[in-house]
Order: sequence, then structure tokens, then C-alpha cells
Amino acid sequence: MNFARIGSALALAAFVAAPFALPTAANAQANEQFIPSLSYRTGPFGPNGTPFADGFLDYFKMINARDGGINGVRITYEECETAYNTDRGVECYERLKAKGPTGATAIVPLSTGITYALIERTAQDKIPMLTSGYGRSDGSDGRVFPWMFTLPATYHSQMDAILQFVKSKEKGSLKGKKISFIYHDSAFGKEPLPVIQRLAKEEGFELSEFPVPNPGVEQKAIWLRIGRQIRPNYVIMWGWGVMNPTAIQEAAAVGFPRDKFIGVWWAGSEQDVTPPGDAAKGYMAANFHGTGKDYKFMRDIEATVIKAGQGTGEARHVGTVLYNRGAINAAMVVEAVRTAQERYGNKPMTGEQVRWGFENLNLSPQRLAAMGFEGFMPPLRTSCADHEGGGVVRIQQWDGKAWNWVSEWIEPNRAALRQGYEASSMQYAREKNITPRDCANQS
Amino acid sequence: MDFAIDFLFEPLKEIWEFPIFFVEVVVGGILTGVMYSLVALGFVLIFKASGVFNFAQGAMVLCAALTFVGFHELGVPQWLSLILTLGVMVALAFAIERIVLRPLVNQAPIILFMATIGITFFIDGFFQMVWGEDVKRLDIGIPKEPLEIGGVLVNTFDIVAALVAGTLVGVLAFFFQSTRIGRALRAVADDHQAAQSVGIPLQTIWVIVWSVAGIVALVAGIMWGSKLGVQFSLALIALKALPVLILGGFTSIPGAIIGGLIIGVGEKVAEVFWAAKIGGGIEDWFAYILALFFLMFRPQGLFGERIIERV
Repeated sequence: MNFARIGSALALAAFVAAPFALPTAANAQANEQFIPSLSYRTGPFGPNGTPFADGFLDYFKMINARDGGINGVRITYEECETAYNTDRGVECYERLKAKGPTGATAIVPLSTGITYALIERTAQDKIPMLTSGYGRSDGSDGRVFPWMFTLPATYHSQMDAILQFVKSKEKGSLKGKKISFIYHDSAFGKEPLPVIQRLAKEEGFELSEFPVPNPGVEQKAIWLRIGRQIRPNYVIMWGWGVMNPTAIQEAAAVGFPRDKFIGVWWAGSEQDVTPPGDAAKGYMAANFHGTGKDYKFMRDIEATVIKAGQGTGEARHVGTVLYNRGAINAAMVVEAVRTAQERYGNKPMTGEQVRWGFENLNLSPQRLAAMGFEGFMPPLRTSCADHEGGGVVRIQQWDGKAWNWVSEWIEPNRAALRQGYEASSMQYAREKNITPRDCANQS
Repeated sequence: MDFAIDFLFEPLKEIWEFPIFFVEVVVGGILTGVMYSLVALGFVLIFKASGVFNFAQGAMVLCAALTFVGFHELGVPQWLSLILTLGVMVALAFAIERIVLRPLVNQAPIILFMATIGITFFIDGFFQMVWGEDVKRLDIGIPKEPLEIGGVLVNTFDIVAALVAGTLVGVLAFFFQSTRIGRALRAVADDHQAAQSVGIPLQTIWVIVWSVAGIVALVAGIMWGSKLGVQFSLALIALKALPVLILGGFTSIPGAIIGGLIIGVGEKVAEVFWAAKIGGGIEDWFAYILALFFLMFRPQGLFGERIIERV
């Protein structure tokens, strides 16, 4: 054995490795909070993923530019393209989870498929996962899913709220009415089925279900069935990407009134109503935040990021539904860090500390006003057991040019939903051999 | 047993009870099938003339539609955008022939097929980089209101699309059957080397056929784009053309049309009358099952050329 050669090799390896080791040492001292951005700007869902990713990053840029970071801790970030593919999402997570001085602050997977794939990994790595408006609804049960946060609302809350809205339009009763549910044939589309099926029994309406195979470019058969045979009072849609404009056009093609057609909040963006043009007038969708730019934080983004030429994407995306959704997701992460800092000090937070922040979020009207979110979203408060926090939903309608509110904030039937969450989460706990946390003993 | 009876006879009973609705479904299937045929035609053209299964046809549909809308959004009138896009599609054909196909002359078909996979990813990425990945609205002025003809609901847009596709097929059939270039294209398809040996310029033929496929892609892109909006998903409609090709045959223009109609009607009837019995959402894979069924009896497709090889 040639020890001289091995020694030389080790010396060379140390020399080569040195530059990589140095930033790690530097990172340990850096006053930075690293937040990964799992985005999709390519592929069939790229048109929807792009404004979201822009809003997500622009919010961080605004916090850095306006406030100098979160209590002096600057936010750093790195984008990783998932193309809405679960395997690539997991790869992005693995690549980014250990970056920054304290590792990833939180993961925002922006895909129900990636969410499912990361549940166990994030728990093992002690990184909170924010699935705002998607993912598993039973993830709201913090006793079983300590690392998963579904705030401000889940698909179950949304379905309950949409049906409450429909009920209010039908003079307070759905008995004998017909409702068709058209959904993307995936985990995402099937998520609200238990709620609508339960409410069909409780409220006495006739439910017809129509799965649409991905990507949903052809729906003529389904809409002929809906528009010419069933002739429901309302259609509710759980769609994403090209499925949504296709559905709106086919609804128009069979003469189904668009003002009786309500989409999930992922079917309520400008991208969904632009291709159908006039055919989309009157179409409605749920939402959990405001649209447009008339909010203080949006004005701050415009002033400190967009006008400074630092915008992540095209300026015309600013204020659109999905841009604002990216911003609200970023704001939830920032507020979790800020809350955690109140307990642990103004320094970069670890995943465990940020989880505490998420579990103790209190976005009161005063706090929302301080954030510049007044009128943009309702207050919410999370706890160890309740990772949803708010759950309220509002309905918007497209008038051909803009989305307008057609309802107030709708409070879903939280008690009934909670029962469903707990039944499902406990089943998950049994399958995975998880002992639920005792939230009474959590500080 | 009950399920079998329910599955087999209930839908037939429903068809019997609601004949007008059945006609609506069939008409809807025919009109949708024509839209599939529009995409399938591009595949057929290139396969017919070069023996290459062009995986990039869906990407070409996206590229053509993106370029057309992109020029229009820059303020160019639609008629001029159309001409400019035709120019882009011809330029793309030249580039593909010069850069990709020419170095691969006489290579096995699978090599050329793989080359078209590479072309697909390049076109998808490059043209989205140039024109952006936003969903773009395409309005060519065709009304989309529903019409009732004899109690049967049809859509004006679908009728216009069917007329456009019919005209395109007529022109292409004439081009292939009755022109010198068309005959040369067919000769090249039969045997590259033999065609070259009798003086048919292979490179020129390939440029012509890829240009024609580009023009077909433009027509398909405009029609589908005004239906779905111009976005990446347009590239995925190639998946809807595959069962059409399997059924109609890879070398037959009329086959692409008839195949489109059979697939369109078959999947719509299956989805409307049978899908609910087994949970719904069957129309995508049912189209392939239907195509495979035909494949068992006619491996070359309904109108494809019978494969005879001496061994």
C-alpha cells in the first residue's frame, strides 16, 4: 500500500473540501433565515405556479427592504423547480432542507402530492410544513401532525363554506336540490369528497360526482351529462390548471349558467377566466384572501421591490389572485418566525422553534393592521391541537374584468369538520403507529 | 350478476329512453373527434413521408399557437401574425432538417424517434422562454354559443372546427395523391435509399413535410388554443391523438379522420352512459382500450398500409 499516495490524496481532498466547509462555518454565524421556495414555473401548471412563486419571493424581498428582515434577521431564499412533480419536489426538499445557518425555516410544497410525500420526512427532519389551502385537511390536527400546518383554511372548510353559500342562495334549504361535483381525479380533487357526501345526506340534496382525468383538456361528455341530463341547481368544481378554463367553456357550450358554477380557490384566478373570455362572466370561486393591490403590504411591495426593479417576475402579475396567494404564504412563514423570536430571541430560528411560532400564531386585527393585511384576510389563531387556525372562506365572482366579493367571510361548521379531522387523523395515527401528543402538556 | 346486467343493459335502456340525448352525445363525439384528427394529421404527415414517429408534434402545436398569439400581442394584426407564424414554422422545419435529421439519414427509425423526443423538449422550453408561460387568450372571432338544431344541442365553435379540419384533409389528400411532391413524399416514406437512388432529394422532401406538419400544427394550435387558451397544456393534446393514430393507421390521412371520429364518439358514449357504473373518468383510457381492440384485428390500423416484409 502506498501511504504517501494516500496521504497526498487526503491532503488534496482536504484542500478541495475546504471552500465547501468554509461557508458552513460562516453560515453558523450568519444572521440569516433561510426559506426554500419549491416552485413550478414549467410544465402544464407553470402558468399558475409562476405568479405564486413571484408573490412568495417578492414578500420576502419587501420584508428585507422595508424592515431589514425579521427583527434584523435577513431572509435568504432559494428557488427549486418541481414542475409540480412529486419526485422532483422531494428532490428539491432534500437539496434545500439543510441550507442556511439553521436549515430550512419551513417548507411550502405547493402541491398536494408533494405534501403527502413529505409528511414523514419533515417530521423526521423537524421542519414545519405549511400547506395553505391544499394538502391533507386532517393535517389540522396538530396532535397527530405536529409538523404540518393547514392555516388559514382546508379543503374541508372550503367545501363546507361553499355549500353554506349555496344554501343561503337557495333560501336556506338545499333539500331536494341537485348539486354536481366535478373534480380533478387525484388526491387533491378527492380531498373534499367526505364533506360534500356527508352534507348531501344531512342537507338532503342530490349529489352527482364527476372525476376528470388529468389534465382535463376534454370534458365534453361530462358537461353534456351535467347540462343536458342532470341539470343541477349548482355545479361545484375542484380543478387546477387547464381543467378550469376548459370546464368554464364547456359549461357555456351546454348553456349552464356560470353564476351557478363555483370553483375551488385553485380555480379562481385570472389564469382560469382569461381563456374563456366572456363565457367566464358570472363564474364564482372561493378564496381565503383579498385580490388586487389595495392593501398596505401590496403598496409596500410595489414601492420597495417592484419600483426598485427587484421584482421576481413580471409586474403585471402583482395583485393577481395567485401572486397574492404566494404573498400570504410567505407572510405566514414570516409571522411564524416573528412569533418564535418573541420566545427565543431575535436570531435565526431553527425548524423546531419555527414550529412553536406556527403553533402560537395570533394574527389579531391589530397584528394584521401592523402587517398591512387589514381587509386582506380575517384574523386567525392557531394552537397545539388546531393547526388550521381560521378556516373562514369568502366567495368571489368574475365580472369579465375583475374578481368581486359576493359574500362575507363564511365560518364553516368547525365542530363537524373537527370531528372529521380527528377521525381521519386518528386512523392515520393507528396506521403509522403514532402516539398523539397531549396538547394539555405543551408549553 | 346484478352488476353485469346493470353494467350491460342499464346504459342501453337509457339510450333507448333518451334518443335525443344519445344523438347529442354522438354529435359531440364527432365534433370532438375532428379536433383530435387535426392533431393526428401532423403525425401522419411526417410518418407517411419519412417513417418517423414525430414525438414533437404536440410541442409544434404549442409552438405555433404561442408564436401566433405572441405576435398578435405585440400589436401585429392576426392575418400578419398568421403569415409570420407560417414563416417561423417553415424556418423550424429547415432547422430540424439541417441540424437534427440530416446527420441521421439512414439511421434506424428508433434513432429518429429519439431525436424527435429531444426536439420536443427543446421546442417546449425555447418557445415558452421566448413568449412566456402565461395563459394567453386566443379569440379568432368564432362564436361559442350553443345552438339547438332539431332539439339537438351543438356548439358553433365545434362546427366551424369540423369544417376547418375537413377542408384541411381535402387539401392534404389532394397534395399527397395528385401532386409530384406528394408522390415524392410517398416514395421517400417507402424507402429512403431507393428514393434517393432515383433522384428524389431527401433533404428537400423532409423540409417540405416538416413544414406542412408545422402548418397543420398551426391550424390545430389555433383551434385548440381558442378553446383551451394558449398554454403549455396544448402540447398534451398529442396524447389525445395517439389512440386516433393507432386506430386509423399511421400512414393514412382519411384514417386520421375516421379514427378521430370513432375515438371521439366511442369515448363520449362510454363516458356518458357507462362511466358512472365504474366510478367515472374513463374517457381517457377508454380511447386507448378502443384503439387496442382495433389493433388486435388490424395491426396496421383501419386504413394503414399492410406491412409485408420478405424474410
